[in-house]
Amino acid sequence: MYFDSFQAALSMDGHGTYVWVAYAITLAVLAWIVIAPRRRARNTLTQLADEARRQEGAAAKAKGEEVNT
Amino acid sequence: MWSFFHKLGSPPWLYRISGSILRWLLPLTIVALFAGAVWGLLFTPPDFRQGNSYRIIYIHVPAAVVALAGYYVMAIAGAISLIWKMKMADVALRASAPIGAALTFIALVTGAIWGKPTWGTWWVWDARITSMLILLFLYLGIIALYEAYDNKEAAGKACAVLALVGTVNIPIIYKSVDWWYSLHQPASIKFTGESTIDPSMLYPLLFMITAFYALFTCCLLLNMRAELLSRERRTGWIARLVAESR
Repeated sequence: MYFDSFQAALSMDGHGTYVWVAYAITLAVLAWIVIAPRRRARNTLTQLADEARRQEGAAAKAKGEEVNT
Repeated sequence: MWSFFHKLGSPPWLYRISGSILRWLLPLTIVALFAGAVWGLLFTPPDFRQGNSYRIIYIHVPAAVVALAGYYVMAIAGAISLIWKMKMADVALRASAPIGAALTFIALVTGAIWGKPTWGTWWVWDARITSMLILLFLYLGIIALYEAYDNKEAAGKACAVLALVGTVNIPIIYKSVDWWYSLHQPASIKFTGESTIDPSMLYPLLFMITAFYALFTCCLLLNMRAELLSRERRTGWIARLVAESR
């Protein structure tokens, strides 16, 4: 490792704030572009599953009424 | 060869194959990004003139390189969807825009943060920086243009045209540091001739560039999958997919 201590790695001879903030912003943006499409896909799938369940429910109900009459 | 193109145009095939690629590529990419960041931050020597601020290079350059490469992907996808009306190319165009925008944003912000201790200013209206800002606006413009249309077929066509027109900006970005007197330093890595960067800094940089390419690939596939699910929601293969997952 280039730095002698944890403290030295944090301060980087006065450039630490710049370097670490740049890396933190990058991490946040990269995390977002990985998470956002996964969340969007999951939302679509749960929405479609709900729709399918509702349709099945409606179909079962319609069938039940048919039997009763 | 042709059967491969046929498969590439098939949403269920792409959805399945991208799922099995992402299962190993995404974890591998995340590990590589962290390893590369640690390498660049803690295990490389400081720059003899810039000191430690130069360590931003390990995210700034990969983000900028892949932001430009992403534009090629988007423009080529646009050309394919205009010429051959390939549905999957339109999906790829739509999927690459937000990733390109995010990477361009990273390049600009980390560049500004790097500029402060190195040049003494956050921002200059310099040729390289201004052309990168135009790249960001092109990406954002394509996202906005897509959302502006209700007819998604017309939206795809308009975005493809804008993406192709925007390619004029790409050589300007590449050549900006050579054509104009600029604060931005010229490229240190060269394909022809000797690179002006020490191997101890070159290897972690090349490693990070590779990792960013892998991340772009992962995000492109993730976005395409999300887009396919929402576009093809009324089709049989999605219904089967939903039934299996319940």
